[in-house]
Amino acid sequence: MTERAPECCLDLRGTPCPLNWVKTKLRLEEMEPGRRIEVIVDQGNPERNVPRSAKMEGHRIVHAISQNGAVRICIERAEESAP
Amino acid sequence: MSDFSEGQIERYSRHIILREVGGKGQSKLLESRVLIVGAGGLGSPVGLYLAAAGVGTIGLVDSDAVDLSNLQRQILHTTADLGRPKCLSARETMEGINPDVCVVPHQCRLDSANVLNVVADYDVVVDGADNFPTRYLVNDACVMQGKPLSHAGILRFEGHVTTIVPGRGPCYRCLYPEPPPPGLVPSCQEAGILGAVAGIVGSIQAAEVLKLILGIGDPLIGRLLVFDGLEMSFRSVEIPRDPGCPVCGDRPTITAPIDYEEFCRLRGGIESNPEVQS
Ligand SMILES: [Zn+2]
Repeated sequence: MTERAPECCLDLRGTPCPLNWVKTKLRLEEMEPGRRIEVIVDQGNPERNVPRSAKMEGHRIVHAISQNGAVRICIERAEESAP
Repeated sequence: MSDFSEGQIERYSRHIILREVGGKGQSKLLESRVLIVGAGGLGSPVGLYLAAAGVGTIGLVDSDAVDLSNLQRQILHTTADLGRPKCLSARETMEGINPDVCVVPHQCRLDSANVLNVVADYDVVVDGADNFPTRYLVNDACVMQGKPLSHAGILRFEGHVTTIVPGRGPCYRCLYPEPPPPGLVPSCQEAGILGAVAGIVGSIQAAEVLKLILGIGDPLIGRLLVFDGLEMSFRSVEIPRDPGCPVCGDRPTITAPIDYEEFCRLRGGIESNPEVQS
């Protein structure tokens, strides 16, 4: 499968946990299943917490790339975001 | 959801994080309309939690003024509110917690003439009434209009709570077809009530209302949850729908709201109007 470009990008540098995840989740809710979003978060807690929360809701982490003190995380929206 | 303000995203973040709520659920809460009958012991925790949760429109029915003896449990009101209408004092508290919420005061006593009009404006109703006439009136009106109703009662260290969804389970009259004779069931005024018990039972009502709006979990339909605060225990009693119920049964005999006095006269002339279970 070829890498699809993320639909949108959210720059969440400077946004603390858990608000960075809350904003990511709100965006994911509006997307079609299978679509991707790229979020940029700070290193440290955000780079651990945001992917963990996304996975807990069934979304897939496509990749996470460290870059200039921040982390670009590509998330693919799950089929069902709510039970 | 992009139509949340930054402040709303932060305010409701702990809701939005919940898998069962999310932005869509929070939007449902903001668009919902809940009526609370009674701004007293039960109505206080219900009002506080629903306002904090961002239930967009909250109607409050209460005709009383704040009395010093209320403040031991009616946590919507403060000492500075003594003598003020409870509706207004409650509105100030609730809107102070959350400016997203619009509180609609109904400073009146519900009766057979106004109950259908008042209830019609809301999606869910909470019974926190302190008297039997209102309790039966609200139950009947909710059944007639198909409105979900959270019912509860408290006395001393005990409480009970159930959720009535017309068509999906029993109503209050299935459980108690008629009001008890005046004087049989003591009131909080006579028997007392531990303030925190009102908080526990009212908080359960608030959680039930939020679940109903969100469409999640299992509401207390067909179940009476009985709380004993001395033992600190809960038990759940199954309650069946009565096919012969006068209001929600297969052949209802009560098809319009009736006042308690009339109801009692029909059943043999009980005159007084007891204030029960505040
Ligand atoms: Zn019934």
